[in-house]
Amino acid sequence: MTAWAHAGPSVAAAFLASLVEFVEALTVVLAVAAVRGWRPALTGTGLGLGALALLVIVLGPALARIPLHLVQLAVGVLLLLFGLRWLRKAILRAAGIIPLHDEDAAFAAETATLRRGVDAVGIATAFKIVMLEGIEVVFIVVAIGAAGGLLVPAGLGAAAALLVVVALGAALHRPLARIPENALKFAVGVLLAAFGTFWTGEGIGIAWPGEDWAVVGLIAGFALFALATVPLCRARHAAPAEQGD
Amino acid sequence: MRAIVAALRELLSLFVDDASLVLAVLLWIVAVALVFSLRLIPAGLTAIAFPLGLAVVLAENALRGARHRRDRS
Repeated sequence: MTAWAHAGPSVAAAFLASLVEFVEALTVVLAVAAVRGWRPALTGTGLGLGALALLVIVLGPALARIPLHLVQLAVGVLLLLFGLRWLRKAILRAAGIIPLHDEDAAFAAETATLRRGVDAVGIATAFKIVMLEGIEVVFIVVAIGAAGGLLVPAGLGAAAALLVVVALGAALHRPLARIPENALKFAVGVLLAAFGTFWTGEGIGIAWPGEDWAVVGLIAGFALFALATVPLCRARHAAPAEQGD
Repeated sequence: MRAIVAALRELLSLFVDDASLVLAVLLWIVAVALVFSLRLIPAGLTAIAFPLGLAVVLAENALRGARHRRDRS
């Protein structure tokens, strides 16, 4: 009883901190599932969890010594490039410059690829987010639990957070499936660009105002900026070509 | 060898659609990292300038894409 009273704060801290990381991962995994299907989302998640488990087993206690900012910078830059690429296409689609279904051939190829069970884009996105957030959770558990010899309670707190988030995902995936495809792609682009910006900034050493809450501001900022760009692109596309333009 | 090249090309295409967008984003990241490390502007301003610059890069690229498609049609 006394032991658990002693461990309580560690469990709660690991639970809450891990919850934030798992929700961040869930957001992107759900978006991947809605846009690309559950197979690549779950494959990427499974591969991410497997790689994470391997990393923990192989590196063990040394994991805490890997500079987190290097992981954040590398993954952040990749996510940023990935997200901005999606967002650019979604803006052009929303502006009517790329017709929503102009990529019929690409869609057919995509469907065929999905049927073969390989969707590199979906798998890679889910994999990266699970890996990065998973590494952060491992760091959280090690950081909270290691000092007082409370690794098991801290790990249990993180596991409880994972269960809560999985239940949340199960409840949310059906409503998400009803959202129009380009709106989802737009949202995924915004999310990836925001998370990519956040982690790249963390890797550089930028102290975000509000710490993790800065992601919410970045999401709102990218969404507003991208939405404002849509009518500008439409106007630019509709304007008659001028000499030197 | 051909399979490795194809796999690498496939991997690259995940991140590179328009090379000028990638180049502009990477240059902006390097510029911000440099400015931040040399403390040329206040830290708080970097947190605003960094995402704002990325958004401007994105908007400029999308507008250029709109113009190119208009010129082609």
